[in-house]
Amino acid sequence: MSDIPTDLRYRDSHEWVRLEDDGSVVVGISDHAQAALGDMVFVELPEPGLSYAQGDACAVVESVKAASDIYAPISGEIIECNGALEDDPALVNSDPYGDGWLFSMTPHNPDELDELLTAAQYAELQDD
Amino acid sequence: MQRTPLFAAHLAAGARMVDFSGWEMPINYGSQIDEHHQVRQDAGMFDVSHMTVVDVHGVDARAYLQRLLANDVARLTAGGKALYSCMLNERGGVIDDLITYFLAGDMFRLVVNAATREKDLRWMQAQAGDFAVRISEQADLAMIAVQGPAARHKALSVLPEGTAAAAQLQPFFAGQFGDLFIARTGYTGEDGFEISLPASQARDLWDRLLAAGVKPCGLGARDSLRLEAGMNLYGQDMNEEVTPLESALGWTVAMKNEREFIGRKALEEQQIAGPCRRLVGLVLQGRGVLRAGQVVVTIEGEGVTTSGGFSPTLQRAIAFARVPRGDASDCTVDIRGKRLPARIVTPPFVRHGKACAGIL
Repeated sequence: MSDIPTDLRYRDSHEWVRLEDDGSVVVGISDHAQAALGDMVFVELPEPGLSYAQGDACAVVESVKAASDIYAPISGEIIECNGALEDDPALVNSDPYGDGWLFSMTPHNPDELDELLTAAQYAELQDD
Repeated sequence: MQRTPLFAAHLAAGARMVDFSGWEMPINYGSQIDEHHQVRQDAGMFDVSHMTVVDVHGVDARAYLQRLLANDVARLTAGGKALYSCMLNERGGVIDDLITYFLAGDMFRLVVNAATREKDLRWMQAQAGDFAVRISEQADLAMIAVQGPAARHKALSVLPEGTAAAAQLQPFFAGQFGDLFIARTGYTGEDGFEISLPASQARDLWDRLLAAGVKPCGLGARDSLRLEAGMNLYGQDMNEEVTPLESALGWTVAMKNEREFIGRKALEEQQIAGPCRRLVGLVLQGRGVLRAGQVVVTIEGEGVTTSGGFSPTLQRAIAFARVPRGDASDCTVDIRGKRLPARIVTPPFVRHGKACAGIL
């Protein structure tokens, strides 16, 4: 059974979202996703300053198994990307909710956060 | 799906299981890259019990195999010696690749691929008609491949009594030691043993190897290891529509004497004009991952990758590709819509844990 922290929100495409105190959000991929994809070898992250609509493909994680698109879980502007992944993409596997974070965003529409799945709802999808 | 005698051992070791040609097999036990490094640097083990072991026995065994196989078993004069060969159809197309061990007198053992089991057995039976041979599959055997610089040392430290003489096995030789058939062969480019034994004894040997510090390794690592070592994978790098000459396997075809073998005529015809295609190695020059089925463009025309992946030893992507004949040393590969540069090289890519000359 994969790890699904309850303080995060999720998208059915396996991204997780953490709301920070300053209103920004941090985005990564779930433990279920990293295990299914296998060892990460390259990560292509979006450019800070660019804006994406909810559901836009904005990043790519490439594992030994396949290349997978990462979708913006909410509409917003990219603030920062996790530079550590350039030299150590395996952080996505070893610490998907911590040091394996992908990027942070300024939300354009905070209501979209409520549309995301709770941990319980995301867990239910995995059982199907 | 079928399960090997070691299925429970895989679950106990935390394996992620997948369907491999109808067998439920471990793809990794966590990180296939860690498992790859373990084999290159120390010792890892693979459950290869799904492979097909076929004994060929009889007065005509040698003559039969000389007709059946593109390589010549006349080379197997010493007891226990092994030979890598393709088995061809009349068009020179590859039915399978396999290893033949000369056991003694009129007895040979063939190890063929799991995915081609039914096809191979049917073909072998069909070709046996004129020969006094018995073809019998050894379905009760499990097989564990222990590979890496420390593999033989660790394996010998836990093998049962009476197998000490296995320490004397030369590379590409095998022997029967009590219940264990031990071959100094492998599919990783490292030294090691492939150990066949009765299914009932497999779990015990696996556990003893674990205790000796041999780490379980899955199919993911098996693929990246054999790719680095320049070893072909049947079904990807060759199939019934291509000949060994188009698959960088010309060295496995013995045509210097007059021996009649199935597919010889077709190969001779192909050699007159020269094969139009060749199998080469690719090394991607930048970031990205090569995979099977990507379009390759050279100055001599278009080709396609047949196998590909990320090389943990080289820290970049490598592949095999079938391209038009010629001597192009560069190409581009279409990776998700972008044409990325790659160098054309002659495998193997890695030996003794390091890049071979000319690869990087």
